[in-house]
Amino acid sequence: MSAPSKISASPPAGSGVLLVISAVGAFLAILGAGLTQDPIFRLQIGTIALAGVIAAFVLNGGLAGGTLRDHPDQYSDNVIKAGVIATMFWAAAGLLVGVIIAAQLSWPRIFYFPEFGFLNFGRLRPLHTSAVIFAFGGNALIATSFWVVQRTCKARLAGGITPWFVFWGYQLFIVLAATGYLMGATQGKEYAEPEWYTDLWLTIVWVAYLLVFLGTIWKRKEPHIYVANWFYLAFIVTIALLHLVNNAAIPVGLLNHKSYDVFSGVQDALVQWWYGHNAVGFFLTAGFLAMMYYFVPKRVERPVYSYRLSIVHFWALIFIYIWAGPHHLHYTALPQWAQTLGMTFSIMLWMPSWGGMINGLMTLSGAWDKLRTDPVVRMMVVSIAFYGMSTFEGPVMSIRAVNALSHYTDWTIGHVHSGALGWVGFISFGAIYCLVPWLWKKKEMYSTKLIEWHFWIATTGILLYIAAMWVSGIMEGLMWREYTPQGFLAYSFIETVSAKHIENVIRTVGGLMYLAGALIMIVNVWKTIASPSAEPAEASAAPATAIA
Amino acid sequence: MSGLSYETVARFAQQGGLIYFGLIFLAGVAYALRPSKKAEFQHAARMPLDDEELL
Repeated sequence: MSAPSKISASPPAGSGVLLVISAVGAFLAILGAGLTQDPIFRLQIGTIALAGVIAAFVLNGGLAGGTLRDHPDQYSDNVIKAGVIATMFWAAAGLLVGVIIAAQLSWPRIFYFPEFGFLNFGRLRPLHTSAVIFAFGGNALIATSFWVVQRTCKARLAGGITPWFVFWGYQLFIVLAATGYLMGATQGKEYAEPEWYTDLWLTIVWVAYLLVFLGTIWKRKEPHIYVANWFYLAFIVTIALLHLVNNAAIPVGLLNHKSYDVFSGVQDALVQWWYGHNAVGFFLTAGFLAMMYYFVPKRVERPVYSYRLSIVHFWALIFIYIWAGPHHLHYTALPQWAQTLGMTFSIMLWMPSWGGMINGLMTLSGAWDKLRTDPVVRMMVVSIAFYGMSTFEGPVMSIRAVNALSHYTDWTIGHVHSGALGWVGFISFGAIYCLVPWLWKKKEMYSTKLIEWHFWIATTGILLYIAAMWVSGIMEGLMWREYTPQGFLAYSFIETVSAKHIENVIRTVGGLMYLAGALIMIVNVWKTIASPSAEPAEASAAPATAIA
Repeated sequence: MSGLSYETVARFAQQGGLIYFGLIFLAGVAYALRPSKKAEFQHAARMPLDDEELL
């Protein structure tokens, strides 16, 4: 729009190459869509073709019109702005699907649509989990990591146009995965449902993400690599490794959506839960701990409580987490020693988890008054408290005797949501409440009162959710193991389902409240972006040109 | 193949892994606690607070 003072005349490095790749990719995808006999594959590869065509047109327009320019003397913040908006969009979408499936479990007669197979619980449930974990959580991680790595390395993002490729490539991955689930394209592996072509696409995007992150660290002006970058790097590298091993599969044909796993039987189960638990450990924990180590000190204007503890926290966490997966496979064909190993390492995780929690909370030393005045600080502190709570509960549930009661029950769902809604959701919301005024050059968020509303509605929602799931989980666990004096099971399965109707309703209400909080936040973010800038002279110089 | 029984591999993974990873972890703790690093870590703890300018 307005001409910034110091910009290079050339477009970001690699724009031309990306244009050619998009055009060639779109051509090949159209070819594939024409040749395939598989209707699901045709729709999926058609989506890829459409994305390629749009990317080629936008890049071509930006290059020809001269609007696509590099700004080597500034931080790349436009891609982070896009990331913040995407994060809020996917939060609303993912939470909404969660509320819908909670309503399906509460009122199956009303929310069951036999004539629309794609709205079945089995299709919507992975849509919900992937949308909140990978779409909401993933976008929050990518956006904040781009902010943190630039600021703590004092270097602009590396790779020219590549950060934009990472952003849009990741959105394409989400769309492919989500539409695939609705049509029934799934590997049937929890949190790794996308089929082989979506997995390959994510691999390309993820390697590009790793290279951008490493490249930025490589050209840092600050000799010390800040601890948050270590956590982000562990998250990126480990997810790449987990993704490649767990998704090893052979497609039925190159023009067919279906594939079969390389592993089978108990090996497959072990690989899946090595993946599954480390998706929790490295995606939902390490990445968000990186957020904690940057945004908490920044917001409360205090240094990290103990930097030494943060280093021990990092190494202990990544060394121990990677072994905890087998606790998902108690009482299975997995060798007993491996189950015990998973359980032992899960209990050992108490130490780094609580060490990290204490480090985060104690960073408020000397600034505890902010808890009273700043709802964003309160949100981040409650998030760290939920981190402590769910990382206490998790090891307890990994103990074989406790697991015998808790496994397959709603207790697990409650545990996951105290971590996901409390820890992951709240630390992300806290980080975004910080980022929005910084990115759009505003003094503060549009309304502190709305943040208060968001905080209290969402916190109450989480408490309703997890309390209901504790009650229903322990109840159904006890009912499943109840025997009659004659040695028969006391309850049929459907009796245990109908017994938890009220808890299901309470859970739906809790989820609805959490969604309401997120919608309030979206209004607040929208109003903040639309409000007049705090520094008009600066803001007019801010580039709004680098779209891709 | 005859030497590589399940028991051999399992014992190596369990005991060798314990020693190997235990030592690496101790090295990490030793690095974190090294007295000579004190100044660097004190500076690092304040890094988020001082990051506005692109050098």
